[in-house]
Amino acid sequence: MKVKVLTRNPDEYLRETKRDIHKVPRNYDPALHPFEAAREYTRALNSVKLERIFAKPFVGCLEGHKDGVSCLCKHPSQLSTVLSGAFDGEIRIWNLAHRTCISNFLAHDGIIRGIVLSQSGENFISVGDDKTIKTWKLENSSLSQNEPINTVISKTIITGISHHQTQPIFATCGEVCDLWEETRNEPIRTFKWGVDSLYDIKYNPVQSNLFATCASDRSIILYDAREAGPLQKVFMRLRTNKLSWNPMEAITFTCANEDYNLYTYDIRKLRTPVNVHMDHVEAVIDVDYSPTGKEFVSGSYDKSIRIFEVNKGHSREVYHTRRMQRLTCMGWSLDNKYIISGSDEMNIRLWKARASEKLGVLRPREKAALNYSEALKEKFAAHPQIKRISRHRQVPKYIYNAKAELRTIREKINRKEANKRAHSKKGAVPFVSERSRHVVQQKV
Amino acid sequence: MAVSIGGLRRERVPISKEKLAKHDKGEGIDLKAKSTRIKNKVIRQKLKRKEVVYNNTVKDTARTELLLTEDYGCLEADCGEVTVQYKQKQIVDNVDITAAAKRFTLNLEFGPYYIKYTRNGRHLVLGGRKGHVAALDWVTKKLACEINVMESIHDVSWLHIETMFAVAQKDWVFIYDNQGIELHCLKAMYKVSRLEFLPYHFLLASGSKEGYLAWLDVSIGKFVNSFNSKVGKIAVMTQNPTNAMLCVGDTKGVVSMWSPNSKNPLAKMLCHTQTVAACAVHPYGTYMATSCPDRSVKIWDIRQLAGPMHSYYVRAPVEHLSYSQTGQLAMAMGNVVEVYRLSTDEMKPYMRHRADWTVTSMQFCPYEDILGIGTTKGVSSLLIPGSGEPNFDGLESNPFQTKSQRREAEVKALLDKIQPELICLDPVAIAEVDTSTFKNKIETKNSVLYLKPKNIDFKPRRTKAKGKGGTAKVVKTKKILKELSRKETIDMLRQTDSRSDTRKTKPQKDYGILNRFLPKSNKKSN
Repeated sequence: MKVKVLTRNPDEYLRETKRDIHKVPRNYDPALHPFEAAREYTRALNSVKLERIFAKPFVGCLEGHKDGVSCLCKHPSQLSTVLSGAFDGEIRIWNLAHRTCISNFLAHDGIIRGIVLSQSGENFISVGDDKTIKTWKLENSSLSQNEPINTVISKTIITGISHHQTQPIFATCGEVCDLWEETRNEPIRTFKWGVDSLYDIKYNPVQSNLFATCASDRSIILYDAREAGPLQKVFMRLRTNKLSWNPMEAITFTCANEDYNLYTYDIRKLRTPVNVHMDHVEAVIDVDYSPTGKEFVSGSYDKSIRIFEVNKGHSREVYHTRRMQRLTCMGWSLDNKYIISGSDEMNIRLWKARASEKLGVLRPREKAALNYSEALKEKFAAHPQIKRISRHRQVPKYIYNAKAELRTIREKINRKEANKRAHSKKGAVPFVSERSRHVVQQKV
Repeated sequence: MAVSIGGLRRERVPISKEKLAKHDKGEGIDLKAKSTRIKNKVIRQKLKRKEVVYNNTVKDTARTELLLTEDYGCLEADCGEVTVQYKQKQIVDNVDITAAAKRFTLNLEFGPYYIKYTRNGRHLVLGGRKGHVAALDWVTKKLACEINVMESIHDVSWLHIETMFAVAQKDWVFIYDNQGIELHCLKAMYKVSRLEFLPYHFLLASGSKEGYLAWLDVSIGKFVNSFNSKVGKIAVMTQNPTNAMLCVGDTKGVVSMWSPNSKNPLAKMLCHTQTVAACAVHPYGTYMATSCPDRSVKIWDIRQLAGPMHSYYVRAPVEHLSYSQTGQLAMAMGNVVEVYRLSTDEMKPYMRHRADWTVTSMQFCPYEDILGIGTTKGVSSLLIPGSGEPNFDGLESNPFQTKSQRREAEVKALLDKIQPELICLDPVAIAEVDTSTFKNKIETKNSVLYLKPKNIDFKPRRTKAKGKGGTAKVVKTKKILKELSRKETIDMLRQTDSRSDTRKTKPQKDYGILNRFLPKSNKKSN
């Protein structure tokens, strides 16, 4: 007779000393792990609930400005340095890590319209309502800045500034669009195309000769510095406030429009936008892309910040606080982790880009657990419970009500159009897609 | 697949097909360019990448079987002998001392005994009909508690950990901790005859002498559901460990499967023509064995609810059945216990044991080669080589669990508690596409076609104004309203009809001006 009965040596299964970790033998036989699907679903449900519990996006508030914040400027190489300009002409330099103001000084008479850092990060240029372009030295000491390095007095009003990605060239907009070299006091080029005021100008970070402006005649104008004149122009139903280029795709930019929407354009086909991003309930004031080029953040007059995915029509996130008033400027930090917002009530706020993300160093097991729950959430994303919880956002009453109102308005328009279509000759009332509805005309 | 280690290219260990099949997650999505139903190229690419990940996971998990340390127990007969003839005594003499210590007999006097092992097989609770309850770590023979409840006992069951167990007493179910202190008295479980604990749902299920089934969520202390099953006295009840359904055998030979979500059984199987005497489900949910007083034992495929796979007669009626993790089936007939192994075509007796007294309950110990039996005069454990799974998963159930590990595992298990709503026949239903609701939607849409216009119940306002009232006026208004509602219904029907009717009509020949003489149906399509 040959016989063997299971006997386990406890020494192989128990830890030797109390300082050891417990031994955990694994057997991945599926028969030993029943209810795999149901347990995964439960875990997914738990993790999506935890995500909502941990969603505390507000990091901090930078106080100090004595008037509304008009513009923000990110440092190209230092994550902690941010410059901000206010409506009273004051510029402040901030250290985000310490949440302190390094220095502040009165730079212009009237509103500061824009600040840009030169590519080296040593100097910054500011423009204001006093028609001057001032170049300053960026110093880390807290000594007050006394004098600009250089002051250029422009012939025309300046409302915006943008710096070339690599060369010491910057462009300003106002009555006309000017191209400047950092060392010269006269613009090297001037572009004009039948408009008397331009609101915003942005250099393309990839195709670095291209830049675009938003004009007061509801148009967006594209320029190429190598060409003699402007390239193209597209008219929209309402005015565009700001625009932002996708830092990863040279052909894509998104503009914040007065009609509560954002539009993503492909410059090869300006006639219809690639995507319409709806969700704001008032004019969108500013937009900024994440460095990955997959998402962007927008700030609106409805006192809320929304984060959109580039290929989605609706926002994935909305941030608001009771103290935050109308947004004036937005920024997405270059480490893709934070969002900076400047608003009317003189404060700069720092937010997390992913609301429930844990800040700081993650231990490997923590990271693995987070990855696991992320995968589960993705797997069960279509389940009604999980979808509902992950999508739910509490918004202020005025936004909630305004949304409902906008919905009824939209329904009414659609209904009316459908009725018209039904009662008129075939093809007399054509169907116009939401994307092409807001573009009036394209000029080349 | 090849891995290069230190400049040398080494082939990875090949995996056998059986192992791959064991860990297989099912067929993937059809992504071949010709036959796929997914039109979008980008989505197809994404899914392809995912499929690769899934396939690699299957391979990797199959490969981890190399790392398993323990081997199955076995018993081989010498030439001219058969395994059935070996007595427990002989086996005990031939195994090592630690295994031999696992064979023991307790002679107790509080008569017929019911036993249950914990899920990790380390602890044993026994309840005697005359009120004796004892919980012990049977490996070290360390007694946790021993009490007499001074009432009749009908069944015992562990809860999710070894510090709590439930006892079905004369009237009510009581929960005790491992020191024998009464924690709860569940009066809503009245005259219970069978107890089962569903560990992943934290449900204590009971079947009563009056036919009531009840599920208690022990994590929150709430009754999930309780109703009369209308099958009479529940004497045979077991759980299907893979889908947490209760299998209840009744006197008419029907095994019905119950979930707390429905007052009717989700499935019924007519297994025998007489009463079902015993019912056992394989721990991995593949087979169910049932027995009947007419000496028959049948094995059913419980996943497809089909069978019997095997059906045959034994020498005496089988009163108790129990499945081991490796698929061995123990049958108790009077005081004889026989263990069968399922070979490819036939069930063969593997071991036989003659107990001193009638066997009253029986359970294979998980992760051990042990069969525990309760008799009218005590409890004993038998060595059945090859019955237990040798390699346990430390995160699922660990026989060597320490106190801190147990606490950790309890919290984890509570976080993963499956809601009772998810109990249904198919355990993977939650991860699949919900086609049934979609079908329902289409059906309701189609049922609109058979609607009749609403009946108008019109009651006119009484007006005293001259020339406004009058029967004629009322009749007229009624007629108008009826006509309106009929039109509305027709409109609705037309809309659904136009949506559902996507067949292409044949283009008709154009007769120019003579088209007006065509039949109406043809004109429409032109």
